[in-house]
Amino acid sequence: MVDILQEFLLESREGLDQLDQDFIGLEKDPGDMGTLASVFRTIHTIKGSCGFLGFATLEGVAHMGENILDRLRNNDFSLNEQMTSLLLEMVDAIREQLDLIAATGSDGGDYQSLVSRLEALGNDLPLDGAPNEINDNSNDVSTPITMATEVLELELEENDTEEPVVVELDEEMKEVLKDFLQESFENLDIVDSELIELEEQPDNRDMLSSIFRSMHTIKGTCGFFGFDKLEKVTHIGENLLVKLRDGEYSMNEQIATGLLAMVDAVRAMLHEISAHGHDGRKNYKQLIQLLSELKSNGKLDTAELIQKPSKTTPVNATQEPIKDMSGSTVETSKPIEVASPEASSTAKPQGADKSTGAQVSGNAVEASIRVDVPVLDSLMNLVGELVLARNQIVEYVGIHENVQVVAAAQRLNLITSELQEGVMQTRMQPIHSVWAKLPRVVRDLSRACGKQIRVEMEGKSTELDKSLIEAMKDPITHLVRNSVDHGIETPEARVAAGKPAEGVLMLRAFHEGGQVHIEISDDGGGIPAHRIKNKAIENGVVSAEQASKMTDSEACKMIFLPGLSTAEEVTNISGRGVGMDVVKTNIEKISGTIDLDTEIGRGTTFKIRVPLTLAIVPALIVSTGQQRFAIPQINLIELIRVDEDQQSDAIENIQGCPVHRLRGQLLPLVYLQKELKLPDQRSGALNIVVLQAEKRRFGLVVDQINDTQEIVVKPLADALKSIPVFAGATIMGDGRVALILDTLGIGHRARVIGDAAKNTSKNVALEGGENSRPSESLLLVNTSGKSRLAIPLNQVARLEQFEVDQTEMAGNINVVQYRGQILPLIKLSDFLHDRRASNGDEEPLSDQIQVVVFGEEGMQVGLIVKEIIDVVDEVLQVRGKSSRPGVIGTAAIQGQVTELFDAAAFTTSSQELLLGLGEAA
Amino acid sequence: MSQTTSQKYCTFYLDKYYFGIEVEQVQEIIRFQEITPVALAPKVVKGLINLRGQIVTAVDLRCLLELPDREEGKVPMNIVVRTPLGAFSLLADRIGDVLGLADDSFESPPDNLSGMAGELIERAYKLDGKLLLTMAISKLVSAEVLNRTEVAAEAA
Repeated sequence: MVDILQEFLLESREGLDQLDQDFIGLEKDPGDMGTLASVFRTIHTIKGSCGFLGFATLEGVAHMGENILDRLRNNDFSLNEQMTSLLLEMVDAIREQLDLIAATGSDGGDYQSLVSRLEALGNDLPLDGAPNEINDNSNDVSTPITMATEVLELELEENDTEEPVVVELDEEMKEVLKDFLQESFENLDIVDSELIELEEQPDNRDMLSSIFRSMHTIKGTCGFFGFDKLEKVTHIGENLLVKLRDGEYSMNEQIATGLLAMVDAVRAMLHEISAHGHDGRKNYKQLIQLLSELKSNGKLDTAELIQKPSKTTPVNATQEPIKDMSGSTVETSKPIEVASPEASSTAKPQGADKSTGAQVSGNAVEASIRVDVPVLDSLMNLVGELVLARNQIVEYVGIHENVQVVAAAQRLNLITSELQEGVMQTRMQPIHSVWAKLPRVVRDLSRACGKQIRVEMEGKSTELDKSLIEAMKDPITHLVRNSVDHGIETPEARVAAGKPAEGVLMLRAFHEGGQVHIEISDDGGGIPAHRIKNKAIENGVVSAEQASKMTDSEACKMIFLPGLSTAEEVTNISGRGVGMDVVKTNIEKISGTIDLDTEIGRGTTFKIRVPLTLAIVPALIVSTGQQRFAIPQINLIELIRVDEDQQSDAIENIQGCPVHRLRGQLLPLVYLQKELKLPDQRSGALNIVVLQAEKRRFGLVVDQINDTQEIVVKPLADALKSIPVFAGATIMGDGRVALILDTLGIGHRARVIGDAAKNTSKNVALEGGENSRPSESLLLVNTSGKSRLAIPLNQVARLEQFEVDQTEMAGNINVVQYRGQILPLIKLSDFLHDRRASNGDEEPLSDQIQVVVFGEEGMQVGLIVKEIIDVVDEVLQVRGKSSRPGVIGTAAIQGQVTELFDAAAFTTSSQELLLGLGEAA
Repeated sequence: MSQTTSQKYCTFYLDKYYFGIEVEQVQEIIRFQEITPVALAPKVVKGLINLRGQIVTAVDLRCLLELPDREEGKVPMNIVVRTPLGAFSLLADRIGDVLGLADDSFESPPDNLSGMAGELIERAYKLDGKLLLTMAISKLVSAEVLNRTEVAAEAA
């Protein structure tokens, strides 16, 4: 029974998750029969199963819900918001009960109010006369059986053959029907063998439960589709099973025979359905009679009934199916033909369609199977081992010359890769399985907050590894909650801001660069950076001074720090200040990254990137201090090689911190051998691996860069997990162990990433202006006397040197012919209106002048400076106010007071000059 | 040795001492394997070895029990033990027999046994002419014990 219970719980939970979404869908589109059918089936199955398992409370709740659904299905009324809420409440109640059952083995709790509300809902609405006979009977499995069968029998006597009702189905319904058929064929095969076993062990309740469940599901569903005959047959069979379950009868040969005949009849009808869309013309009167006889007496005591079926049904029905489980429809339907000759004419089309029917069932069964996750996990492990072995062999074969061995190794290589891909595929699940419950979450929350929010999804079928899916569940739910609670504004506020009242929560997922990208965006109010700053200062996360230096985007990233919540008031949904840091930690745990973009008034987007799988990752193999290390390629940006003779130029020092100038940006360098305290054996060229973590880059200096490889990540022992620089270990092609470097850990250890980095000059801007006050490249020049002036290097086009005699005069302006243009020259002292200089003590000392060229091609202006001192990278902190025109202010650069050149003012004044020049020319 | 054996021990030698661990926990004994050192790891963790695709952490018992270092050139044996914390390889000088020992022939180690030895040695069996000291494996490989020892000295 335990197995059955487990399976029931598992299945029901899955069903419930789907229900949440279906209800939301139904609310939007109440006429969607496909979804309604699926909802109905799920609830019905749960109800039936718990009825069987004896969970009365749960059954009561589900029963009420089912009644409403039944009415919906009959178009008695259409779904409205109130109803959806109530039905969702029911789903929750069922889920609660399931949890309780899982924990204690029994259901409980008081759902009277819910049940009565559901009941009221069902009754409030007009009934269309006839009570739902079939539905009620099928629901209360144990109660009005006799009545139900009487009704059925009466109906049956009235007409022997019935014209089949061909059910018109739309595409979606056809899909549902296909599922139903597939499931039912599977179930029937199982029921067949279970019945046989049950006959041998009549007391096996597990088996009985399983049979009961299968039949009940089929019955419920065909009731829904309107396959009345099929329903009648299964219904009566189910009633018989109830008697068995209640211990009124024990299994005997006759009952087994009867039930097997029923299974065959059901199978035949299912074939009919799959071929023609209706359950055939036969009415199975004999079978029903036989079964009701069995049901009321537990055995067949009417001579006639014993005789007839024993001649026909039992012989064929029991023996054929055992021999041939796939169910030859012709064979199994024969006894019924004999018993009711009037149906013989209709047997022909059935026979003709036999092959089609069988084919359909065959395909349906093979389409998918359920596999336990541990099986897949162990398969994945084995593939991991195989990949390692493959790497070893490929490496070994590399030194071999035997063509055959090489060819075999290549084949092995290919097959292993394909196998790896295939096995990984089995573990892939669409992101949809995480998203499925989100519309429900959003609906509930938005109602609780008085907001109107629509959920849109893009890329639902994007797949990623199951273990990652599990790990992503909580973070994504949390982010969605946050967006609903904090992100999207109330309808009033939105309308006031000129946005539609209904907010949109957009979920996107896509593959890019071997990673899965997931974006959660809202069109809400965005994150106000100043509030984050205030909060951060208030909570002592940063000092006021630090906060003032932060850019908005950097401030917003502080929401990922522990202890920050911007919600002005804590709601019961979110805003307790725990969460975003947990989200970040959880995502980083699976080697993912999270980032956010926010714009005031426009909304916020969270961007998550996770690897496709964790078990096998591509990595760069490097070596340092005679040890090899693997660096996951997700962190890898580029590789730089600096030749020995260039090293003194390429590596600069800022107070003992080595940096490399990479395309104008300073890249802090980390020596791996120093961080790991390995012996220094570096010589020759310098190999720099540029890595990125937390949006910061740094260069990792290693002795050698070997190659890239697929590595299988193996965890380290607990005792070693406290070493932050290693993410795990792997086995290399030669069988030796290599450690996997954790980029983030190394960055933290070397203090180039993390809090420490923010306050040091090593803090390097990435991708221009992303950080607060990024260090700026400044050109230092001498003005009159010893005072220094700093010119932002990004304003400077070129530095030039001219001979004094090259300069000419155009009007009263100094010019020089430069690159086919006339370049006007302005003395710095003139621009600054420097009196001391204009007195004449500030003339070029030599016959060469240093010129800083500003501006675009064709519009360039040269600035004559006395001397160019240096180019420095400095975090600018303007202190003093401007002392004279042409200067923004003063700052301490390299420990000396330096004036900051006002490039904007210079450009403006030089424009006038250019115009004047144009006129002069 | 007693007839009423209650527990079998895999025995090994370390320095001049004779140790034993419960044989059930021993997965296998292998000759010295190539060890990949783990930088920044505690000193007792000699590194990682590849045991048929399984990564096993090697613990130097001499170092753990604060015994003098093994002589240069002497190759330790690996006793691979299976623990709830994963597989570990204990490095020992030499492997002894598997002994079945009666429960009545042991005493608690002397109370004045100090340091790590005092914590890890559970029982002292009085054998003819020598003592067999048995150790608690699950405790030995715990992160807490392994990390207590200092981090490997900085390499030159």
